[in-house]
Amino acid sequence: MTSALSWYESTARQRLAGLLDASSFGEFIGPEQRETSSHLAVFDLPAQFDDGMIVGHGTLDGTRVWVAAQEGRFMGGAVGEVHGAKLTGLLRAARESSPRPVLILLDTGGVRLQEANAGELAIAEIMRALIDARLAGVPVIGLIGGRAGCYGGGGLIAACCSALAISEQGRIGVSGPEVIETHRGVEEFDSQDRALVWRTMGGKHRRLLGGAELFVDDSLEGFRAAAATLIRQAPALDAATLEAEQARLEQRLERFGGCADARDVWASLGAADARAIPSMDTQEFIALADRLAPSRHDAR
Amino acid sequence: MTLAEILDGLFPAGHEVVLDRGLIFGRGVIIAGGSVTQGRSIIVIGADGRLSLGVDEAVWLSRKVLDIIAAAAQEPILVLIDSDSQRMTKRDELLGLNEFLAHLAKCLLLADARGHATVGLLYGHTAAGAFLATALATRTLLALPGADPEVMDLASMARVTKLSIDVLRQKARSTAVFAPGLDNLVKTGGVTTVLDPGVSLAAQLELALDSIARAAGPSDLRDQWGKERDGRPKAADIARRIQELARAAG
Amino acid sequence: MEQLHYRHVAAARARGAKAQALVGVVASGDLEVLVQRTLPDRECEVEIRTAIAGFADVWQAVVADFVERRSPGGLKLSVNDGGARPDMVALRLAQAVRAVGEPA
Repeated sequence: MTSALSWYESTARQRLAGLLDASSFGEFIGPEQRETSSHLAVFDLPAQFDDGMIVGHGTLDGTRVWVAAQEGRFMGGAVGEVHGAKLTGLLRAARESSPRPVLILLDTGGVRLQEANAGELAIAEIMRALIDARLAGVPVIGLIGGRAGCYGGGGLIAACCSALAISEQGRIGVSGPEVIETHRGVEEFDSQDRALVWRTMGGKHRRLLGGAELFVDDSLEGFRAAAATLIRQAPALDAATLEAEQARLEQRLERFGGCADARDVWASLGAADARAIPSMDTQEFIALADRLAPSRHDAR
Repeated sequence: MTLAEILDGLFPAGHEVVLDRGLIFGRGVIIAGGSVTQGRSIIVIGADGRLSLGVDEAVWLSRKVLDIIAAAAQEPILVLIDSDSQRMTKRDELLGLNEFLAHLAKCLLLADARGHATVGLLYGHTAAGAFLATALATRTLLALPGADPEVMDLASMARVTKLSIDVLRQKARSTAVFAPGLDNLVKTGGVTTVLDPGVSLAAQLELALDSIARAAGPSDLRDQWGKERDGRPKAADIARRIQELARAAG
Repeated sequence: MEQLHYRHVAAARARGAKAQALVGVVASGDLEVLVQRTLPDRECEVEIRTAIAGFADVWQAVVADFVERRSPGGLKLSVNDGGARPDMVALRLAQAVRAVGEPA
């Protein structure tokens, strides 16, 4: 009944409910613990009981998983001290219980600037714990399709995952559109040009470029199915994986390093009509992407 | 201290470290002394001159780290940093800068896991994504006084938070968690030690490598240091509680 | 930040078996309500944290209306406000009672 619901429109808790088997979710340090941020009041900003990060355990099609979900509507999903520590703790626990997978529902603008140093260090600790978990054989799957996208340090966390699923609404980047425009001017990047933002950082481009393994429909069911698929396909992490990743990234630069725009990248991949891609529906796009840029599962 | 002075101070027995278009690479000879470092060499990589870290720079550095992992010798790695933030261009984002920066961090983390102790040394600036991909991906992060790491410059923070710089400066006085600067990165646990430039840098580096060699237990202690130093009061406990709850969940 | 706290007598115990529920998100124009079944059957408490000071009388009226309409006996409701309008507040409070009214 909830399967057709929009991932983008859903809250983090609603996404978890749609992702996991019914009644299987158990939360760690839930909202009733009131572990809120102590750093927001000085800015006259309200706190949220779970500090915008929900972690716990559940099952997906009967498989036990750890889960972490960011609430993109609270402080733009940005990572603060408590928020970040919850995910760090979960990933450290995951290493001990290998090979149980971790699903991270990413929806973040990056570091929460009001807690800048704590947020940045939290992301560094998350990256380290994530890689330690992967080295121990844990698949870590990232799901991206929310309001805040996956920016800043969140973009680095995403690329540390074993594999990613992304929807049309999803975006992945390091510098956000407004920050690029502020630093380099509107000629470099017009942050108000939504089509440009989506072409450069959005789900379809990331799928074609290889920045994400699966493109999915904006639905709870779509992400659920993608998560189940990626858990099975996630590559192990070792020197061979990173050598393959190095080669993949070097080839990408060679092939597309001179492209001025995403349309040039897509045309270079062999798309007959790059301009038609943004308006393609999910099934048509997935077929095109599988033909032009088949996902590989030995690198990331 | 300039890069040249730092390299001479770290490697009085000699080094072959070169600077090319802002990128640092080479080998330094660690002075004979403790059992860990007798007559050993250390690989040095990094960025100088407030270099922006874009896709090209990141992929070059990660290749160097992978070469070390592939080689037979168990050399430690020193990451010297005076960088800007990540490069902020359409091209870098188009090509997936997040993957390139994460890949560099992954290579450093794997190198450390495979026995190549990673030590960072911040001697100038760094920020944001470049900070995460380099200095913050090392096991031990050292700094020289005068280094100025930050998460984001105050002017940009002011734009994003919609608060004036004056207001931000005023709020910065009340908490280490928020304001830029080396002292706050020490207090929040990000920087292990600030070096004393009046004392042998080589000896201080050897000490850092020795500590790594002798360390037992959890490898990431930054949140614990943040708690001990009163800069990040909650993170370590929250992480530990989550781990305990996860264990109990079976 | 302003903190408000209201105690009421409710007409009846809130139905259902759930011990706790959470509705809403602390986003601009929204609020979160954590509801816990921790009080005696005829008592109700609502505590509010809000960054927008000076509207205590509005909160008081919305809460009083909510208590009268929804009979939230036995419930403690904790609110983190993101600057929501009174109708949104009323909606979330009602949703909270409904959520905790579901089977356990």
